[in-house]
Amino acid sequence: MNSAALIIAEVVPLVTPETTFDVPANVVFAVQAVVMIFAAIRVVTTKNIVHAALWLVVVLGGVGLNYILLQAEFVAVTQFLVYLGAVIVLFLFGVMLTRAPLGVSDDLDNNQKKIGIGVGVALLAVLSYALIESFGRSELTFAAYEGVAGPNTNGRTQAVSDAIFGQYLIPFEMLSLLLLAALIGAIVLARRD
Amino acid sequence: MWFFTHVWIIPALMALSFLLILFFGKKMPKKGAEIGIVFVGAAFVLALLTGGNWIAWSNDNPEGHGPAAEGAALANVDPSCSSVAAEAAAVGEGVEHVEGKTAASEPAAEEKGGHEEVATRPVVSCVNWFENGDQTISIGTLVDGQSVLLLIVVTLISLLVHVFSTDYVHGDRRYTHYFAFLSLFTASMLFFVLSENTLQMIVGWELVGVCSFALIGHWWEEKPNSDAALKAFLTNRVGDIGLLVGVIVLYFAAGKSFSILDLNILANEGGISHNLLLIGSLCLITAVMSKSGQFILHTWLPDAMAGPTPVSALIHAATMVVAGVYMVARLYPVFFEGLSISGSSVNALSMIGAITALFGAMLAFVQKDIKKVLAYSTVSQLGFMVTALGVGAWTAALFHLFTHAFFKACLFLGAGSLSHACHHSFNMVDDMGGLRKIMPKTFWTYLVATAALAGVFPLSGFWSKDEILAGTGSFPGTEGANGEYHVMLIMLLLAAFCTAAYMTRTIWYAFYGEYRGHGTPHESGPRITTPLIILASLGAIAGIVNLPAAFDFLPEGTQTRFEHYVEPVGLYFPAITHAGFNPVLALVSVAVGLAGIGLAYLYFFKNAFAGLHGLAERNKVAAFFKNILVNKYYFDWLYTTVIVGFVKGPLARAANWFSANVIDGLVNLVGKTAVGSGNWVYKNVDQKVVDGAVNGAGSSASGVGAMLRLTQTGRIQQYAALFFAAVAILAGVFVVVIG
Amino acid sequence: MLLNQFLLLSAILFTIGVYGVIVRKNGVLVLMSIELVLNAVNINLIVFSTYWGIAGQVFALFTIAIAAAEVGVGLAIVLLIYRNQRSVDIDELDEMKG
Repeated sequence: MNSAALIIAEVVPLVTPETTFDVPANVVFAVQAVVMIFAAIRVVTTKNIVHAALWLVVVLGGVGLNYILLQAEFVAVTQFLVYLGAVIVLFLFGVMLTRAPLGVSDDLDNNQKKIGIGVGVALLAVLSYALIESFGRSELTFAAYEGVAGPNTNGRTQAVSDAIFGQYLIPFEMLSLLLLAALIGAIVLARRD
Repeated sequence: MWFFTHVWIIPALMALSFLLILFFGKKMPKKGAEIGIVFVGAAFVLALLTGGNWIAWSNDNPEGHGPAAEGAALANVDPSCSSVAAEAAAVGEGVEHVEGKTAASEPAAEEKGGHEEVATRPVVSCVNWFENGDQTISIGTLVDGQSVLLLIVVTLISLLVHVFSTDYVHGDRRYTHYFAFLSLFTASMLFFVLSENTLQMIVGWELVGVCSFALIGHWWEEKPNSDAALKAFLTNRVGDIGLLVGVIVLYFAAGKSFSILDLNILANEGGISHNLLLIGSLCLITAVMSKSGQFILHTWLPDAMAGPTPVSALIHAATMVVAGVYMVARLYPVFFEGLSISGSSVNALSMIGAITALFGAMLAFVQKDIKKVLAYSTVSQLGFMVTALGVGAWTAALFHLFTHAFFKACLFLGAGSLSHACHHSFNMVDDMGGLRKIMPKTFWTYLVATAALAGVFPLSGFWSKDEILAGTGSFPGTEGANGEYHVMLIMLLLAAFCTAAYMTRTIWYAFYGEYRGHGTPHESGPRITTPLIILASLGAIAGIVNLPAAFDFLPEGTQTRFEHYVEPVGLYFPAITHAGFNPVLALVSVAVGLAGIGLAYLYFFKNAFAGLHGLAERNKVAAFFKNILVNKYYFDWLYTTVIVGFVKGPLARAANWFSANVIDGLVNLVGKTAVGSGNWVYKNVDQKVVDGAVNGAGSSASGVGAMLRLTQTGRIQQYAALFFAAVAILAGVFVVVIG
Repeated sequence: MLLNQFLLLSAILFTIGVYGVIVRKNGVLVLMSIELVLNAVNINLIVFSTYWGIAGQVFALFTIAIAAAEVGVGLAIVLLIYRNQRSVDIDELDEMKG
């Protein structure tokens, strides 16, 4: 009896998946997906370097929005801070320091456009085929997040920090070392002497 | 017990001293030296008290022998850091659980030697250092005879060096900084010595390396000094990789445990496969080679003499360089099982040690710099210790470490005193001589330490060297050794001969003949001579702590005290045997030493063998050999010119050549083959088969060749395009066709 | 929401990034395209973290940190190239030409 009940309890949610069809979320996703793809295409096609950097802002912001839709708030905030705050500024500095043409320039692409398009389409075809074959119309269930944010906790952010400073402590420390190395490397490369 | 669980206070004191000197040293009346001396003095007193407690603790050991007692002896191990040891202790408590085991291993216990041996009771305490996932890394102290021995040696030498330095580096531009680093070094060394797990050992190991680097380069304004510091650091990095890999291998071999006790127990009881132990021990030997200056990685040690002399005495003679020896001794079951030391006649460890002992001693002959003579002597003596560990004479190795620390520190400080008198020159051939009358205290202490190093009966060096020689088990009539290491015995005897001779040579150059330097030398002050006298007396009498068991005319309980208190007995130490005292071998070793002294005496003092003087100038063969020695077997040349030069120049050029000729050639070849095959098709198929297809085949083949040629444009983005295209195609194949 | 809508978006971003890497001549623009690729990968990590646990978010954070380091070093290299060649045109860097 007991085991039968258990089996039913385990199977039932699989048989009748809880529909998380969520109209507002999907609308938001659709809008930002279109914007992001357009912006991404502009990044790689625009004839103005500064514009490319600004279109990149749109893409990176859209990625952050995606993280929020996927309920990864901490990563989303990090995305906004690091990418929109720091990386874009870094890019703009790079543009200024290399005296790139600030206006429209016809000389930003090489003569491999056709190869590039061919490779891109082929990659996209393979990726889409693989994704549709393997995941089809499966729903996003957020199964892994259930139970993570228990009562009296600070939600998933706490779980992320527990993971970083628990199980992934040593990778984390290695990462700090890597950042140090990158810092020194960047200074050594860029300084004049 | 209080001393054993709170032994962390000793390194903590020295670390505190480091911080105090760093922050307040400059404001103190003596510029920070007094802080260092007070703290190291306190550390020394605490170490002595710990030692006294250890002796008492060993004496009133209630346990008997046998496996049950050996398990129970581990009851003072903190279970949170050594799970295996704690398990063994739990099993040992309930004796009835181990009856089967007792019967099985009783013979092994009896093999351990005639006299009754009581299981050592190590005290391990630890705290949680950090956690990573389910893995908890602890940090703590492991107290047993071995660590207590090093505690006393390190703090004693450090104290004497501190006192010596107040005079020697007086008025130095970085006086305070110097004492701060002495304190930091002492703290790190004590931290290393007390390590409870191998990870902690690495930390201590690297810390002493950093201090050594900083102190070698103490006078870094001069290029050779900073070069020497860099060389020491980089050479040590080579070995550190070995240490790192070895520790990682052993970590996984021991079932994800860094604990030294766990590792030793598992290695000892066959819980780790022989191959893993072999790999682990070979990696660790690399570490020993660099830190303890063993052959082929020894080249940094003589250069390290660029540092202040007291530093050489403390770090590069008495304490830091024995870290490698200590590490092997600490993880001895790993080496004992991994290298199959027992019942063998050769292994990597003993071979490296014996080669180092002999070749180091030979190099000491051609040095003009008195400190370099002593440096090569240290290399050679470390070789003795490593050989001793390699042949299974554990106690002999540690005993030699103990005695060597005294007389070698005395020799180095004596050299410092000499140079202090001779306007800071170490060149004994050109700037010294005839100092016997002027510096009697330095002379006599130096003479005693030299005799001890040469192994003259009854000074301490004789006892420890004799134990190592007996431990090789090769001399006829020696009983109880672990194997029969004939080659090692011969090489060590030769090394002993050389040692005696080159030490006599330094005595001749420094103290006899006419004074060759300038100015008027003078005897050093009491702050220099007092440490010398203390070290010389210890170097003379330290031998009595481990008189052979064969001396049964002595009162009961006065022989082999060192072995009794220092050598562990129990689950975490292999069942090694001890070579008995062999009077014939003792006579031979003394005779060899005296022969070395005698020949050198006749050569230098009496000007005998007149034909040999200046031989190198006249005889090409002799000049050839002398050249090899003067150039230190060309090792530095090998490293800097051949290896570095090769990597810098030809290798880079070869890579360039390879990409320019081979890869391009390959591409061209593909193209040419395609064209050629096109031609072949043209000639054979075309003429005979379809005429229309001919032109197509030929031109497409040559087109393929031309296209392949095109791929080598040097344009990164085209490579990227090719790369991603290949990825798309391969992924397509995997996903669509296979998947 | 479907799993695939995010994954396909990420795939499209990835391909656009690859196109940029292949086609753009200016070094800074190539770095921007690489950022697109890295962000596409991050979306994947986050999507799968809803499936398999919080580790995906941890690795996304690691990727962000490494990407920041990469941009720093990358721009330093571009600057160095600019200083040596007075241009950041990648087409002109053909020392590896066979």
